[in-house]
Amino acid sequence: MTEKKKLRIATTSLAGCFGCHMSILDIDERLFPLLELVEFDRSPLTDIKHCGPCDIGLVEGGICNAENVHVLREFRKNCKVLIAIGACAINGGLPAQRNHLDLSSCLTEVYLTEPGLVHGHIPNDPELPLPLDKVHPLHEVVKIDYFIPGCPPSADAIWKFLTDLIAGKTPELGHGLIKYD
Amino acid sequence: MVHEAVSPSPRFLEPKDLSLLQQVLGHHANDSTKLLQILREVQEHLGFIPNAAVSFIAEALDIPRNRIESVASFYSFLHLRSQGTYRVLFSDNITDRMLGSQTLMERMCQQLWLQPGKVSEDGLLSIGTTSCTGMCDQGPAMLVNERAITKLTHQRIQEIGQLIRNRTPLNDWPADFFYVEDNIHRAGLILGNTMAYGEALQAGLTLGGAAIVDVVKRSGLRGRGGAGYPTGLKWEACRNAKGNQHYVVCNADEGEPGTFKDRVLLTRQADLVFEGMTLCALAVGAKQGFLYLRGEYRYLLDHLKGVLQRRRESNLLGVDILGQSGFDFDIEIHLGAGAYICGEESALIESLEGERGVPRNRPPFPVTQGYLQQPTALDNVETFCQAALAIHMGADKYSAIGTSKSTGSKLISVSGDCPRPGIYEYPFGVSVQEILNDCGAVNTRAVQISGPSGICIGEHEFGRKLGFEDLPTAGAFMVFDDSRDMFEVARNFVHFFAHESCGFCTPCRVGTSMLKQTMDKIAAGQGTHYDLAEVENLDHVLQTTSHCGLGRTACNPVLHTLKHFRPAYESRLKSLSFKPAFDLDGALARARQMTGRDDAGAHLKENE
Repeated sequence: MTEKKKLRIATTSLAGCFGCHMSILDIDERLFPLLELVEFDRSPLTDIKHCGPCDIGLVEGGICNAENVHVLREFRKNCKVLIAIGACAINGGLPAQRNHLDLSSCLTEVYLTEPGLVHGHIPNDPELPLPLDKVHPLHEVVKIDYFIPGCPPSADAIWKFLTDLIAGKTPELGHGLIKYD
Repeated sequence: MVHEAVSPSPRFLEPKDLSLLQQVLGHHANDSTKLLQILREVQEHLGFIPNAAVSFIAEALDIPRNRIESVASFYSFLHLRSQGTYRVLFSDNITDRMLGSQTLMERMCQQLWLQPGKVSEDGLLSIGTTSCTGMCDQGPAMLVNERAITKLTHQRIQEIGQLIRNRTPLNDWPADFFYVEDNIHRAGLILGNTMAYGEALQAGLTLGGAAIVDVVKRSGLRGRGGAGYPTGLKWEACRNAKGNQHYVVCNADEGEPGTFKDRVLLTRQADLVFEGMTLCALAVGAKQGFLYLRGEYRYLLDHLKGVLQRRRESNLLGVDILGQSGFDFDIEIHLGAGAYICGEESALIESLEGERGVPRNRPPFPVTQGYLQQPTALDNVETFCQAALAIHMGADKYSAIGTSKSTGSKLISVSGDCPRPGIYEYPFGVSVQEILNDCGAVNTRAVQISGPSGICIGEHEFGRKLGFEDLPTAGAFMVFDDSRDMFEVARNFVHFFAHESCGFCTPCRVGTSMLKQTMDKIAAGQGTHYDLAEVENLDHVLQTTSHCGLGRTACNPVLHTLKHFRPAYESRLKSLSFKPAFDLDGALARARQMTGRDDAGAHLKENE
């Protein structure tokens, strides 16, 4: 009997707060059986910087700058199944609250006119990614295959979703795992 | 829906405004179920509902301020902030657009130095759009302070601009601006009837209530609002329902884009409508009736009130009608304020009670728990006309007209690409092609039957027949010739539904907006096959989980046009499997400008 090949999973947080990753960790001791089935590629858990070919990609957070776009595209290119996890990835979430403000006035206020700033200037180092004028959900930039709603989704929801997916079932978060408050 | 931030109004109530408020409130006996009517009348005089008026009304009716704000913010035509002395709203149905409404609106905005949707700095006017105003056969049309103006041309727009600039009161504008034609091209059972006032009522009185129900049942009459429920069964259920009071309500909230037959019926056959309502009252045992008239038809109010008054004087309404002791019935007119959803019967009843027009859970149906939770017979304008005729003619004679499952005649509102738009009355069973021939349409590509929530049919289906057996219709018949882009037609309808969603249930509130965004993405040339699949997913969600018919039918225009005119969509798609929904590099432009950067890292390619 040949050993079943482990699935490769990559995870990242873009314009998010890592809350969804904390929720992934909340799987707790179930991480051990999970590791029987999967191995992690690029992820804050592994500190691998770029992702290689993977089966599943989990992306937390929305898209607020150019770097987010590059990372998201890297995931899309490498992951057979790409999942948006959490409110920010699905709707833009908290960071998208800046969407009703003009980006210029945002930058001006933060770096130039805020009291206490002396000789402030808007950072323009090429190392820094430029912010987009609005924060967008992931599915507006690449095709997303699945969505796990929640802020954050509970560990049980993430566990159910991943185990369904690994078992080859269309993931269904039934009553109790989706919350509307 | 309109959501306006409520800001404290600088305007305090002047003595004359105060006395007006007291007058309006007194007229409605400080009855909070009349809230919508009170707000509408206050706005009619003051142009909007000032903050101070909200407080005053709240106190007088002993209801919280937020209930007033919640009701006022629900209806498109009610404003808590000034929208200018002149509020110009262009009718935005696809038929208006086809007649050039968008260019006219741009021209008017240029002429008056104004941006659409904004109030001019001097507070003189605002220009915007509104859903179909029911003037599709004589568009492009607009509303100025809720008064209908038809047949707009560049010249007329210019004249209107001048009148506004000179602050000429609306009553002094040329009368022909407000002239609404009936455009009846084919009369039948209803439009050709020669009954004297009260003749059908007399026949009904001879029969008595139970026999009226029996005649209507045997006549096979079905509701003309679109759903086609048997009218006799409805009246019987209402008659048998227990309650303190029974009510009769006529649904004249003709909001389905492309429909205008009720407008013509109320203009030409108001007596027949009221006669049908009175007969219904006799059948179900009602003392009070309501006509719920859409706000767009405000101009008909005086005429209708006049007809009611004449009928009272002729003892066709009031106490002991036609000498029948104990047969008391009267009709009150309620005006809507720009909400399509109020055409749904339970939303209409909510609105009638002075609430937001949010559909109720059904069952219970209005026949047992309608207006004020009492048994209510609620029918379409045309249904009441047909019922009066059926009672007058007798069931056998009436049911001989039309087809076996769709008896009687049907008024069709023809608009769009044809030389003779207007009202056509046919016996049920008429084919689409026959109507196209009669209205002179040539090179027809598609017909939208029964409005955006109805069915779009292509050329190979023009042999199909109108009737509940094949093509059920509430009366709209919009014709599109081969110069029209059916994608844009569907997109217009999708925008309509997103605007008119009442916001109560999430599938419809969010779903209609997502549908709109997807259609706009395709229109912008950013669509893919994936987006077409997404439309189908959305349709499934909307159809299976929406609270009422609005959400369930919102996908119809897209599904039907996708079926018949798929290439109109496909030609707009990018061939790639996925495209971002927005211009990525463009989204960095502001940041590039602010940082002065233009290096490679300061740009994003559309695709990697």
